[in-house]
Amino acid sequence: MSRRALAGPPQNTNRFAMHDVLSRTKPISADTRIRITARDVNVFYGATQAIRTISMDIPDCAVTAFIGPSGCGKSTFLRCFNRMNDTIEGARVEGRIEIDGEDIYTPDLDVVELRARIGMVFQKPNPFPKSIFDNVAYGPRIHGLVRTRGETEEVVERSLQRAGLWKEVKDRLHEPGTGLSGGQQQRLCIARAIAVGPEVILMDEPCSALDPIATAVIEELIDELRTNYTIVLVTHSMQQAARVSQKTAFFHLGKLIEYGDTEQVFTRPAERQTEDYISGKIG
Amino acid sequence: MAEIDKSGQSAMIDQADERRRIIRQGLGRRRRNEAIFRSLGLAAALSAFGFVVVLFGNIVASGLPAFWQVNIETEVTFDPEVVNIEERPVLQPGQSVAEYRREDLAWQRRVSLANWNALIEAAIRQHAPDADVDTRSILSIVDPNARFVLRDMVIENPGIVGETVPIRLLGSANADNWIKGTIDRSLPDHRQQLSPEARALADALHEEGVMRMRFASHLFTNVDSRVAPASAGLAGAFMGSLYMMLIVIVLAVPIGVASAIYLEEFAPQNRLTDLIEVNINNLAAVPSIVFGLLGAAVFINVFGLPLSAPLAGGLVLTLMTLPTIIIATRSSLRAVPPSLRQAALGLGASHTQMVFHHVLPVTYPGILTASILGVAQALGETAPLLLIGMNAFVANIPTSPLDQSTALPVQIFLWQGNENRNFFEPRTFATIIVLLGLMLSLNALAIYLRSRFEKRK
Repeated sequence: MSRRALAGPPQNTNRFAMHDVLSRTKPISADTRIRITARDVNVFYGATQAIRTISMDIPDCAVTAFIGPSGCGKSTFLRCFNRMNDTIEGARVEGRIEIDGEDIYTPDLDVVELRARIGMVFQKPNPFPKSIFDNVAYGPRIHGLVRTRGETEEVVERSLQRAGLWKEVKDRLHEPGTGLSGGQQQRLCIARAIAVGPEVILMDEPCSALDPIATAVIEELIDELRTNYTIVLVTHSMQQAARVSQKTAFFHLGKLIEYGDTEQVFTRPAERQTEDYISGKIG
Repeated sequence: MAEIDKSGQSAMIDQADERRRIIRQGLGRRRRNEAIFRSLGLAAALSAFGFVVVLFGNIVASGLPAFWQVNIETEVTFDPEVVNIEERPVLQPGQSVAEYRREDLAWQRRVSLANWNALIEAAIRQHAPDADVDTRSILSIVDPNARFVLRDMVIENPGIVGETVPIRLLGSANADNWIKGTIDRSLPDHRQQLSPEARALADALHEEGVMRMRFASHLFTNVDSRVAPASAGLAGAFMGSLYMMLIVIVLAVPIGVASAIYLEEFAPQNRLTDLIEVNINNLAAVPSIVFGLLGAAVFINVFGLPLSAPLAGGLVLTLMTLPTIIIATRSSLRAVPPSLRQAALGLGASHTQMVFHHVLPVTYPGILTASILGVAQALGETAPLLLIGMNAFVANIPTSPLDQSTALPVQIFLWQGNENRNFFEPRTFATIIVLLGLMLSLNALAIYLRSRFEKRK
């Protein structure tokens, strides 16, 4: 474990401490491919509008962080990308969202296929009440990605290794996943998501239920996963956004206030509201 | 400045003291309320437990004696003079099977007409050679079924004629009452069930050890009987209940669970499903006798199912049980945390896969409990069965759900109304014990299965 991990995320929201943290994230190069395009997206829950006309481009092989005060719509917007809002009664999404140029809200798109391409990690670790092995193997099995027992074992081992959990659980793969610690459970959920081989991973406050050390482990994992996946991360912690993301979007009251390179957003915010938020005046 | 600070400080300390005083004051009252509430709760729990103990104690104390009945252990001589019957016919070459059967039945009828009671009388007389008792009094202490026991022995083994065999005959219900003391022994003659001679004979035989208590295993193997109440048993009612339970398990559980899953997980929210929901909830509150009327009107009158059959009874009980199972299953489905559903959907499981791979497995224990509750409720139901004729007197063990039959709770109802009160009251309680035993074993099975499902998680 690195020094950063041991130290844990700093708890204050002081902007000056942020410089130190930010020195670890590099802005991504300008020619990076755009993975997700959102245009004029509105989301309604019944009569209330949760998202107000948001457009943004999310780059490939990078971590994009959504920050903002509670109830600002960042989680709602995240859930548009794998159409999890469909499962909420009365939720309605307007506008256009494309992944690799393909509209994901066309009627002939199958959400099952979409969700196989876009993995999701939730706020609270939610392993299935099954064995660790079955937790990871479930996705590949239902999508028919593995045929033999050997293939399944290979995928499970690879996914657990990528999630940094293999060493801890390799001797107890057949024990229930719910018996792991909170941080291990969350890494199991990440392993479960990447076992399907998604292109994008959505993370909805993945560390909010974890202690600082477990958080640091997950953050390091996110940083490693960035090389292969497009990661969109919703977080309450600005330090976390600053530590692991390359792009940061600041939401407020359902609007996208500012979106840019993480370093720029935290050091030279263009908007007054962003500055107020990251300096702790609102939130 | 410093003084103001000091006075301010002391004011703050005063305020803090005041707060603590108020809290402490209230604390006593809170503790008292807590203690009152706890003792009330304890009293409620204890009184409930007390009621249960009294109820079960009463049932067991009243019912247990019925499991032992007076028997007469004696030796019967199959006197060839009395049992004067020819050889049983055998199938002759060239004879048709129908003709042989007719001959055999005629032979059996002639065998039945032999004076078996004379053998019983002789057997009993040998224990009391000097007693001045008439035939009627002697036979009144023996179960009327005893003569058929002797007949069947001869039919089974014709070689027995001319021999003397030890035998155990059931005492009559009235003799049982007299020996057990379930009838007041000091009552005058005209209010006694047995004649004075018969009573004296019974006492003498009891003293000699000829008449003694034996476990009444026939209670489980015989069917109901009016002629010979002492040998009446529960086998018919037990089988009837078993058939109905089978029908309820086969029909109500799958239909109930499937409709609960559909309504909870798949049904669109519209007026039709709202209507169905409201109706299911209302059905749960419908008195069970109404289901009996419905069964009589629909299953028997419209569909022409046989009257008094476990099939019709099972269908009525299925209707009655469905709402219970549906409501309980739905509430256990609703209790599944949304995070589990999201986890499955987020991985790309289809809605059906989510339900069958993740939601249902964690609700198995709940569904199991719901089903057992429903089946146990059906097992103990009496009122609707009365309306479809299951309170009929049936002297056969049903061999299929289409045969006429009664059920355990109905048997309780029938026996508690029998005119030989002092004999049938303990038997009624004995039937209750059997019914409760069946239910308890059903519940034990449910608990065992549930703990197994829970362990698998």
